[in-house]
Amino acid sequence: MTKRKFGLGLSLMLAAGTMLAACGSEEDTSTGETGGGEEGTEEAADFSVAMVTDVGGVDDKSFNQSAWEGIQQFGEENGLEKGDGGFDYLQSASDADYNTNLNNLIRRDFDVVYGIGFLMEGAVAEIAEQQPEAQIAIIDAVVDAPNVASVLFKEQEGAFLAGVAAALMTETNKIGFVGGMEIPVIERFEAGFLEGVATVDDTIEVDVQYTGAFDKAELGKTTANRMYSAGADIIFHAAGGTGNGVFTEAKERKEADPEANVWVIGVDADQYDEGQTGDANVTLTSVLKRVDTAVINISEQAMAGEFPGGETITYGLSDEGVGLADSRGAIPEDVMAQLEDYQQQVIDGDIVVPDTLQ
Amino acid sequence: MEYVIEMLNIRKEFGTFVANDNITLQLQKGEIHALLGENGAGKSTLMNVLFGLYQPEGGEIRVRGQKVDIANPNVANDLGIGMVHQHFMLVENFSVTENIILGSEPTKYGITNKKDAAKKVQALSEQYGLNVDPYAIIEDISVGMQQRVEILKTLYRGAEILIFDEPTASLTPQEITELIQIMKRLIAEGKSIILITHKLKEIMDVSDRVTVIRKGQGIGTVITSETNPNDLASLMVGRQVEFTTVKGQAFPGEEILDIKNLVVQDYRGVEKVKSLNLNVRKGEIVGIAGIDGNGQSELIEAITGLRKVKSGTIFINGKDVTNMKPRKVTESGVGHIPQDRHKHGLVLDFPIGHNISLQTYYTKPISKSGIIDYNKINDKALQIIKDFDVRTQGPGELARSLSGGNQQKAIIGREVDRDPDLLIAALPTRGLDVGAIEFIHSRLIEQRDNGKAVLLISFELDEVMNVSDRIAVIHDGEIVDIVTPESTSEQELGLLMAGHTGHKESQDLTKKGEDQHVE
Amino acid sequence: MSNRMTNLLVPIVSVILGLLVGAVIMLVSGYNPLEGYAALWNGIFGDMYTIGETIRQITPYLLAGLAVAFAFRSGLFNIGVEGQLIVGWFAAAYVGVAVELPKIIHLPLAIIAAAVAGALWGFVPGLLKAKFHVHEVIITIMMNYIALHVTNALIRTVSDGGDRTENIFASASLRSEFLENLTEFSRLHLGIVLALVMVGVMWFILEKTTLGFELKAVGFNKNASQYAGMNVNKNIILAMVISGAFAGMAGAMEALGTFEYVSSKGGFTGIGFDGIAVALLGMNTPLGVIFGATLFGSLKYGALNMPNAAGIPIEIVEIVIAVIIFFVASGYIIRLLLLRASAKKKEAK
Repeated sequence: MTKRKFGLGLSLMLAAGTMLAACGSEEDTSTGETGGGEEGTEEAADFSVAMVTDVGGVDDKSFNQSAWEGIQQFGEENGLEKGDGGFDYLQSASDADYNTNLNNLIRRDFDVVYGIGFLMEGAVAEIAEQQPEAQIAIIDAVVDAPNVASVLFKEQEGAFLAGVAAALMTETNKIGFVGGMEIPVIERFEAGFLEGVATVDDTIEVDVQYTGAFDKAELGKTTANRMYSAGADIIFHAAGGTGNGVFTEAKERKEADPEANVWVIGVDADQYDEGQTGDANVTLTSVLKRVDTAVINISEQAMAGEFPGGETITYGLSDEGVGLADSRGAIPEDVMAQLEDYQQQVIDGDIVVPDTLQ
Repeated sequence: MEYVIEMLNIRKEFGTFVANDNITLQLQKGEIHALLGENGAGKSTLMNVLFGLYQPEGGEIRVRGQKVDIANPNVANDLGIGMVHQHFMLVENFSVTENIILGSEPTKYGITNKKDAAKKVQALSEQYGLNVDPYAIIEDISVGMQQRVEILKTLYRGAEILIFDEPTASLTPQEITELIQIMKRLIAEGKSIILITHKLKEIMDVSDRVTVIRKGQGIGTVITSETNPNDLASLMVGRQVEFTTVKGQAFPGEEILDIKNLVVQDYRGVEKVKSLNLNVRKGEIVGIAGIDGNGQSELIEAITGLRKVKSGTIFINGKDVTNMKPRKVTESGVGHIPQDRHKHGLVLDFPIGHNISLQTYYTKPISKSGIIDYNKINDKALQIIKDFDVRTQGPGELARSLSGGNQQKAIIGREVDRDPDLLIAALPTRGLDVGAIEFIHSRLIEQRDNGKAVLLISFELDEVMNVSDRIAVIHDGEIVDIVTPESTSEQELGLLMAGHTGHKESQDLTKKGEDQHVE
Repeated sequence: MSNRMTNLLVPIVSVILGLLVGAVIMLVSGYNPLEGYAALWNGIFGDMYTIGETIRQITPYLLAGLAVAFAFRSGLFNIGVEGQLIVGWFAAAYVGVAVELPKIIHLPLAIIAAAVAGALWGFVPGLLKAKFHVHEVIITIMMNYIALHVTNALIRTVSDGGDRTENIFASASLRSEFLENLTEFSRLHLGIVLALVMVGVMWFILEKTTLGFELKAVGFNKNASQYAGMNVNKNIILAMVISGAFAGMAGAMEALGTFEYVSSKGGFTGIGFDGIAVALLGMNTPLGVIFGATLFGSLKYGALNMPNAAGIPIEIVEIVIAVIIFFVASGYIIRLLLLRASAKKKEAK
C-alpha cells in the first residue's frame, strides 16, 4: 500500500515523540560485529523478513528490540527497505493479536516471519498448521512443525558467568536476583546464576525475588530497594521492563551517595546505557542473549534456501549466542581472567550448567 | 405605585404542555407578595422563568420599569434577584462562609480571602438579625439555620428581590415563626419578597398581597387583608374546600397493634424508644404527637421490621412480629406510608406503575414462578391511578416527575389497596397542598370506618387534632400521655410534647409505661 | 428538531467528529489519514478473515460489557470483571485440559466451570459489601490482583512449572470447522452465539423476572427497596454473582475459543476494564452492550491493520482509536450542541 522512505518515517516518528529508543539504538548495531554474512551489496536481494513482537513492544530494551535490531542489520546488509518486500515488524497490543499479526505478515508474503517470545508459542503452532507454505521462526519456545524453526538460548550459561562475576565482586556476600514471571526461560537464568555464585563461594547469600510481571518498573524499584537496604550490593535482573526499576533504584542510590557500592547486572541486551548516571555507571555487566545474531543467522540460511524448518537451534556460550557484555572496566583484570577461565570450562563441557532449579 | 418586578402575560410551554398561560405578577417595592397555587400549578415554572432558568414563549419581564431579557441566572443575579431554594444548595462539609462565597470567591493575589468574606457575612447576619456563625460547618447546623445561610447567600450577592420557594416545608413551628420575623426585617430594610407557598396560614400571617395561579392560569391578585383562608383556598383549588375534616364517631373494636415495653436503639446504640407501650384498635385512628426526633422514626421502623428491637414485644392481630423481616410484617397485615416518600416510599427512577406494585410484584396474579406479567402491573397501576386520583400521564411516567401530592396518593393507593389491618401513616401530608391534604385525611378516615386500625405520626398539631380519635404524645422515646382531641387543646399538647406532664389524673390513660418519668 | 432526528444524528455526528479529530492527529504526525482509515476499514471488514476475527474480538467484550452493565443496573460498580474473567478463563481451560468427555457434556461443563469461578469471584465482594458495607470498588480491584497471581500459580502447578497449559481437548473447544472455513481460518468460534444468548438472558432477567425487578429497585433506591420488604443484602450478593458469571463466561471465550489454553500473564488482559466502557457506551442496557462491544471490538481489532497496511505506529493508532471512542462516549455534549443549534435557528425565525 505505502512505501514510505524510511528516513522520512524516522524523522516523523521522532517528531511525534515515539520510539526514540528504537531509533537511537539502530546506529549502534550498524557499527557492531557483522553476522558473518556477505558485505552489503548495492543491489537489493529478493528476500524479505518480518517479525511480530510480543506485548513488550519493539522498544523494550530487551529481546524484542534485539530481534528488531538483527532484522534491521540483515536488511541493511542486503540492501532491503522497510516495508513490503523488505523488512518490517508488527507490534502486539495483547495476547490475542499474535495470530492476526503473524497472519498479516504471511499474507504480505514475507519470506521468513519471526514470532518473538515464548508467549507466541500457541499462535505460531496454529498459524504454521494453517499456512504450511510459510516459513516461521520462534524465539524462546519450541514448536514442533515442519515449517517452524525453533530458537532456544542457553540462558543458564550466560547467567552462570554473571553469577561467577557477582560472587567474585561482592563485598557484602549478599547478592540479589530479580525475576519477571516464574516461567521456564527466567528460571534458566535463575538456575545458572545461582550455580555460578555457588561455584565460587557457596556461603554467599542470594535473595531471589519474582515480581510477577515484565512491565512493572515500579515493582522492580521497590524490590531492588529492599535488597540493597538488606545489604545486597549486586542485583542481577531478568525481568524485562520491570528491571528498569532496578536500574532506577541503583542510580538513585549512586546519585545520593557517589561512594555507594551498588551494581546491576543487565539482561538480554547490553544495558550499559541504562546504568549511566552522570559520570558514574551502575552496570556491572549484562548477560547478553544474542537474539539479533540468531535472527540474522536464520535469515541468511533461509535466503540461501536452507531454512531450518522443523529444527530446534540452541545458542549457547560456545557459539556466542549468549555471553557477558563488555564491563567497560567495572570488572577488574584479575576477575576478568577468572571469568574467561570459567567460560572456557563451560565451552569445553567441563562445567555443565543446570537449566532447572535443583 | 412603583413595581420592582413585573411579569406580564408570561407563557411557558414544554412541548405541547402549557405550564404557564398568561400569568401576570407585579411585585411592589417593600412588599411580601405571596404566589399561591397547588402543587403542579406552575409556581416553580414561573419563578424559574424569572430566575433565568427557563425562557418564556410569550410575555415580558420588567425590572424597575425596564424590559429585560433574563437569559440565565447570572443575569438575574446582576438584576438583584436572588432565590432561596426549597432544597438547599449547600455543600455539607463546607463552612457557612465558604458556601456563601462559592462561585464568586473574593481573591487577594489569587488566594481566596475568606477572612474578609467572613466579616462581611457577619455584618450582613447582624444587619438582618440572622444570627449565623460564619465559621460553622453546614452539616452541624439546623435546617432553619441552613435556610438562613441560603438567605445570606442572596444578600451577599446584593439581592434586592428575594424569592422564597416553599420556605417552611422543612421547618419546625418555632423556626417558621423566626423565619417570618426575618422576612419582616428584610422588608424593613428595603427588600422585596416573593413567597411561593401553598400554606394559607403563612400567607395570612405574613404577606401583603397574593397572586393565585391554578393549573397554569393566572387567577388574579388579591390584597391579603381583604381576603380570608377559605376564599383563597377556593381560588386556588377552584372549588369549595372543607378545612375541618368531617368524620363520624369511631367504633373501636379489638386490638390490632399491641406494643409492650418496647426498647429500640439507633445506630449509635442510643436508646431512642424507651420501654414504650401503645395499642391501636380496629376502627380507630391513633395519632402520635411529638416533636421530631423523639423516637417516632425508630418506633415505626421497629414495628415494620426495619430496625432491630432490643427488648419488648410487638403483636399484630395477636401474632408476635417482633424482629420479623419487613416483608413478613407486611404480609401480617401492615401497610406503611413512610415519612420520607422520596427516600423510602418510592423508587423515583422507576415508572409510577412499578412503584404501585412495589409491595406486590412478587405475588399472584402479577407474578408467577418468578416471572412478572407487566400487563398486570399496568392494570393495577391504572386502577390505583383512577381510584386515588393520581394525576399522571400514565403508569409509564417516572415517579420522579409526579408532583409530591400525586406521589403520595400513589403510595397511599399502593398501601391501602393491599387491605392491611394496620395502616401506619408517617407524616402523610408533609409538603402537600390543601387539596391533597383533604384527600389524604379523608382516605385515612375511610380506612378507619372500614374497620382498620390507623396509626398516624405527625408533627403538625392541627392534623393530629383533626384526624385522630386518640392522641398519644411521645416525648424522649416514651408515650407520656394519651388524650382525646375533644378533651385537650393545642396548648396542652404543646406542653406535653415538650415534656411537661403530671396533672392528668382525669385523663383517659389506657396504657402507660411503668417507668414514665415525671419532671 | 424532532427527538428521533436528534437520536439518530447524535451517534453519527459523534463518530464523524471522532474520525475528523483522529485524522488531524494522523496529519500532524505525518501520516495519511485516508490511508489510515482505509486500513482501519479493511482491518474490520476487509475480507472474511478480518470479519471473522472482528467478531471473535467482539465476543468477550459482549460478555464483559454485560457483566459490568448488570452490576451497574443493580447499583454496583463491578471493577472486578477483569479478575472474574481471568479465573473463568483458567477454570474453563482447566476443565478443558483435565478430562476428556463427550462434547455434549464437556463443552457445557467447561463453560459452567468458568461461570461458577467468575460467580465465586463476584460473590466475595458482594458478601463483603452486603454484610460489612465495604465498598465493592476496593474489593473488586484487590480481587483482580488475587485472580491474576492465583491463576498464574495454578497454571504453574498444573503445567509442572510451565507457563501455559496444554491445549484443551477438542471436545471442550468452541471452535467450529464450519466457521473457520467460512472465514478463511479466522479464530471465529461459537462463543458469539453464547454471548448473544447471554444478552437475551440479561434482558430477560432484568425485564421479565421478579429478581430483575428487585435488582433494579435496589439499584435505584436501596432504602425504598428495603422499606418495600426486599432483601437488599441478598440482592447485592446475587447481582455480583450473576455479574461475575457473565465475566467468567467472557474468560471461557478466550479459554475455549480464541486461545484454547491459558498461559501465565504478566498483567491484566484489559478486556474487563474495557467492559466498563462498553457498558457505559451502551447505557447499561443489553442491546446497548451489543452496540458498545461491536464498536470497541471492531476498532480494537481493525486498528491492528493500521500499522500493517498504512505504516502508522501503533502508538498513534491507539490515540486515534481512543479519540473516536471518546467522541462517541461524549454523545451528551454533541446532543447539547445540536439542541443549541436548533434553538438558535428557532430564535432566528
